[in-house]
Amino acid sequence: MSEVGARRLEPAAIGGVMSREVANFRTFWKATTFSSVLEPIVYLLAFGLGLGATVVDEIDGLPYVEFVGTGMVATAVIFSSALPAMFGTFVKHRFQNTYDAILAAPVDVEELVTAEMLWIGLRAGFYGCFPLLVSMAFGLDPEPGMLLVPLFCFTTALGFAAFGIAVAATVGKIDQFNYVTTLVITPLFLVAGTFFPIDGLPEGLQVAANANPLYHLVELVRHAAFGFEATDLIRFTVLVAFAAVMWRIAVRRMEERLID
Amino acid sequence: MSAISLSGVVKRFGKITAVDHLDLEVEPGICLGLLGPNGAGKSTTMRLLTGQAIADEGAIRVLEHTLPADAKRARADMGVVPQLDNLDVDVTVEENLAVFARLYRVPDVHAAVERALALARLTGRRTDAVDELSGGMRRRLLLARGLVHQPRMVLLDEPTVGLDPQIRTQLWTLIDDLRTGGATILMSTHYIEEAERLADEVALMAAGRVIARGRPAALIAEHAGRETAEIYGPPDRLAEARGLAEAQGLRVRPAGPAIAVVGAERAVDGAVPDDAVRRAASLEDVFVLLTGEEAE
Repeated sequence: MSEVGARRLEPAAIGGVMSREVANFRTFWKATTFSSVLEPIVYLLAFGLGLGATVVDEIDGLPYVEFVGTGMVATAVIFSSALPAMFGTFVKHRFQNTYDAILAAPVDVEELVTAEMLWIGLRAGFYGCFPLLVSMAFGLDPEPGMLLVPLFCFTTALGFAAFGIAVAATVGKIDQFNYVTTLVITPLFLVAGTFFPIDGLPEGLQVAANANPLYHLVELVRHAAFGFEATDLIRFTVLVAFAAVMWRIAVRRMEERLID
Repeated sequence: MSAISLSGVVKRFGKITAVDHLDLEVEPGICLGLLGPNGAGKSTTMRLLTGQAIADEGAIRVLEHTLPADAKRARADMGVVPQLDNLDVDVTVEENLAVFARLYRVPDVHAAVERALALARLTGRRTDAVDELSGGMRRRLLLARGLVHQPRMVLLDEPTVGLDPQIRTQLWTLIDDLRTGGATILMSTHYIEEAERLADEVALMAAGRVIARGRPAALIAEHAGRETAEIYGPPDRLAEARGLAEAQGLRVRPAGPAIAVVGAERAVDGAVPDDAVRRAASLEDVFVLLTGEEAE
């Protein structure tokens, strides 16, 4: 038996849990990739070309298709992080008893949650870039700053993965996710500046949007494509802080749920 | 030093006390059967030993580790075979094993997987997804997964619950091999036959406590004597036979459609009718007498 230290967050434990996720992902990656590629194309066709060609020509000096294309990154991130985390965690805990098996091995809840977050973050960081790639096919010019987009997506996805895990550890029934998607996730992605700029919203909503991590992700992605601003470091710090706070909440909620 | 030591352990779930001042010592290298009816506290005891439940009172030591503080290290040295099948069904047999070899920090994952496949007799099915396996194969895989790191101690939580007799026998053979190999085994079960066949010692649990403990033969001799007589017939006759036996201080328990007079070798003056079916006293007699529950 190899050494198992008493220290927190052992890479071997986190790697072991992630290897389980990878093994499972190999069985369904085609469907996930298919929807991740097709969805932004559909949205870009509907909003970018449809709305852009008939109602809105430009926003803030950007062609509408490029405005939406860069904003769609945030939508891809939240839908490939929060939702898989919510449903995946709930199913693994309640229906598959997967966590009972993992926690019978030398892995603790903090390592388990961290591994789940990292895996979802990596996936969402990857899939979050697809709308940008699709936008390039619609005319968006590649820029060196865009190389940072996977990092922005990964960081944001960590926070939303932790959010999803915490929600899954809190609800009693899977149906209750409907409240979360309707009351939290949908407003977050609608008021993120994805489809329209938030400066047209009432002042209260503009203030609220600044507390929305997705809004900061949208801004960072747009600035990566069209030129960074001095405030972007603050925006990235907000995303890091969001991920850190949600991580601790998720660990706490899962400990309460998994340890009797 | 004991492989497992629980001293005055209490675990409550709200108003329910699942484990009630439990004292239990398990010596290294033995197979202890934790026998008891549903709700006796067996599964909670198992979870306390893995740190998946935290005791409200008392002290727990497992393989020289103090729980819950050192639960992670303790888990590295033990294997757990759960009551419920929690394999990854879409993933192949060998990937299921490899994931747990990594979780247990096994240095040579490939060798560990090969060994576990051989143990479970699933080498030929290694690339099949788990949901293509039969129930018996899945149970063997579950056992092999818990042993992939060659642990010093194994917790078997109702290892054959819900399985048909043929598969149960297959599992018993694997567990017996494990016992012969020198591992310490704590096996919870509510199957009497399983405890009799596999356990060096049996601890009988009820209401969160151990109410009797010893080698099966010694427990039988102490609590049930040598012989049990089963009496069949209509209710009136059973009531009459019960009265006669109890008048002589014999203990009587229900046995499905019959009654069983325990310690029947001490019966005199026709307290046990001539047509009663006499058999050697069993652990089942002890179980029912002490817990008041029907055995399975």
